[in-house]
Amino acid sequence: MKYIDDFRDPAAARALVERIRRDAGDSPVRLMEVCGTHTVAIARGGIRPLLSGAVTMLSGPGCPVCVTPDGYIDAAIALGAERGALLATFGDMLRVPGKSSSLEKEKGAGLEVRVVYSPLDAVTLAASAPDREVVFLGVGFETTAPAIGGAIRSAAAGGVRNFSVLSSVRTIPEAMGVLAADPEVRIEGFLCPAHVSVVIGTDAYKPIARRYGIPCVVAGFEPLDILMGISMLVRQKKEGAARVENEYSRVATSAGNRKAQELIRDVFVPCDTGWRGIGIIPGSGLRIADAYAAFDAEKKFGVSVVFSMEGTACRCGDVLKGKIPPPACPLFGKGCVPEEPHGPCMVSSEGSCAAYYKYGAA
Amino acid sequence: MHDKILLSHGEGGKRTRDLIAKVIARYFDNPVLSPLFDSGLLGRIEGEIAFTTDGYVVTPPFFPGGDIGRLAVCGTVNDLAVCGAKAAAISCGLILEEGLPTDTLERALASMRDAAKEVGVTVACGDTKVVERGKGDGIFITTAGVGVSTDGWRPAPSEIRPGDRIVLTGTMGDHQVAVLIARKNLSIEAPVLSDVAPLSGLLLPLLPRFAGKVRFMRDPTRGGVGVTLNEMASAANARFVLDEARLPVRESVRGVCEILGFDPLYLANEGKAVLIAAGNAAEAIVAALREHPYGREAAIIGEVTEGAAGVWMRTLSGGVRAVDYPVGDQLPRIC
Repeated sequence: MKYIDDFRDPAAARALVERIRRDAGDSPVRLMEVCGTHTVAIARGGIRPLLSGAVTMLSGPGCPVCVTPDGYIDAAIALGAERGALLATFGDMLRVPGKSSSLEKEKGAGLEVRVVYSPLDAVTLAASAPDREVVFLGVGFETTAPAIGGAIRSAAAGGVRNFSVLSSVRTIPEAMGVLAADPEVRIEGFLCPAHVSVVIGTDAYKPIARRYGIPCVVAGFEPLDILMGISMLVRQKKEGAARVENEYSRVATSAGNRKAQELIRDVFVPCDTGWRGIGIIPGSGLRIADAYAAFDAEKKFGVSVVFSMEGTACRCGDVLKGKIPPPACPLFGKGCVPEEPHGPCMVSSEGSCAAYYKYGAA
Repeated sequence: MHDKILLSHGEGGKRTRDLIAKVIARYFDNPVLSPLFDSGLLGRIEGEIAFTTDGYVVTPPFFPGGDIGRLAVCGTVNDLAVCGAKAAAISCGLILEEGLPTDTLERALASMRDAAKEVGVTVACGDTKVVERGKGDGIFITTAGVGVSTDGWRPAPSEIRPGDRIVLTGTMGDHQVAVLIARKNLSIEAPVLSDVAPLSGLLLPLLPRFAGKVRFMRDPTRGGVGVTLNEMASAANARFVLDEARLPVRESVRGVCEILGFDPLYLANEGKAVLIAAGNAAEAIVAALREHPYGREAAIIGEVTEGAAGVWMRTLSGGVRAVDYPVGDQLPRIC
């Protein structure tokens, strides 16, 4: 496991920072880290202030909790409260605010909510409680989609009929396309997510690089991965290039994980879906395919997730689009703190507001 | 004896007496407990008395490297040790769930006995209650501990000053990762053992040897080193700066943290202490710690500096960031 240490060498980090500063030129290069895990790693590594003046890192929409609309939480609560379902969820979802409540508050008031560590745990839960309807809150990107799909297939194969999924699965490249086209955001390079890229393959970003002329680099999560990825993006900008490059070649390939992709294609169908704070992005959602309709909580219980873009003082939407840094939101650190979050970016451990708040600035 | 705990074992009658006499007392046979009076009579204790209490509700009760019995003794002994006190006697309160296999109880008791023997502490009194099936989690243990404090040393955050060093007696997060893996709902296998251990033998000899040089000690249990350091910095109104490159983490623990998105800084430890040591004695204190089996991987992890109170980290990539309190438990990341 010395492998990890190789990506944490302080001397190599210093050299990369110098190279980035040399290549960046006079005005800061505007790069977006799409993925929430990158946001946290950048904050934990103290990388943002290190590159100040040379690179402006914008945090993107790649935190699954942050982009889940409040209508989804409301639908989940209704499934539990009105239909008597036992809700199984990843822990991160507990404190995400719906319109008027959260799963955590409702759990305290008696709603049955179980935290599980994998979608398959929810199937096991359903199998052990055949008299209850278990609904798994299927939130995530291409990384969790295969596990959720696998759980549905496992329930189907095992005859577990009291299991269903309220799907809020999304795909990343479509959201990147919307942000790339937004003249207000002015992205000059995408630091593409590591885990998502392992599934979809680095070729998935080629249309973005080509169509919008924006360099894309897939990078891992270690400090040196990130600095190397940033350096590759800054170098491309300097050269006037817009290629897809792969810093994470030790894991991610150009074609990705075909087996996982097939599983996604089997269980899910692309659909339009709403991203909290961003709006409806065509073709960016994954709904459960008709062949597995028996496991689709929306169809099974006749509920639907209502998406709205009601304005509040919370500016998570602008944060998710990279239009403002978290501290520019009027609620940041005042009404909105991790203990009492207003918006999802402060709730999730991978949210940019939470990362800014937690790791602060020196 | 029955092979399972029954409600009647807690109702005060013959079965309760049998459980205490034939099972529990067998493991804690000593002159203070054995008369089974309503209190353990400890006799005269000379010196300044330290007194602590704790409850143990770990799930599962047996995990790689330890169990709830060893945890109950070590946790209480360590709370006394970091205050400079040698444990003299501890209590053992058992809350058992109806249906608990008696074997399981006996394994936990044997482990308590062995840990108490290692430290040289008497289990002086106890209590047993049985709760209905579904109203407990197999076995809960509560303990209280009485200790005698080392002459001339009082833990005092006010003694902490710029130039002091922050010393950690070993690797972070071993206990919590071992317990997480033992819960088996993470589908991860890794060779991680809990660090649960009594620290009195490691810490107490330092105090007369480095008089005035060990300023303050804490054991970083729940919330880990990150929370403990925040509490210490706040109590001392001091600025702590950690060096990420010097934080000791076992490779297997780090691997699990990488997969789950956990920060070892906030994971619980049950056999580690954080010491604030005078700058000119820190190296010698680390050398002394490393002579003991429970301090082999002791390291200086940071320093106390001038400046606003709080905890900061010099990162591997050369940046600086805040180390704050976490909100709630760390949860595995979704993607």
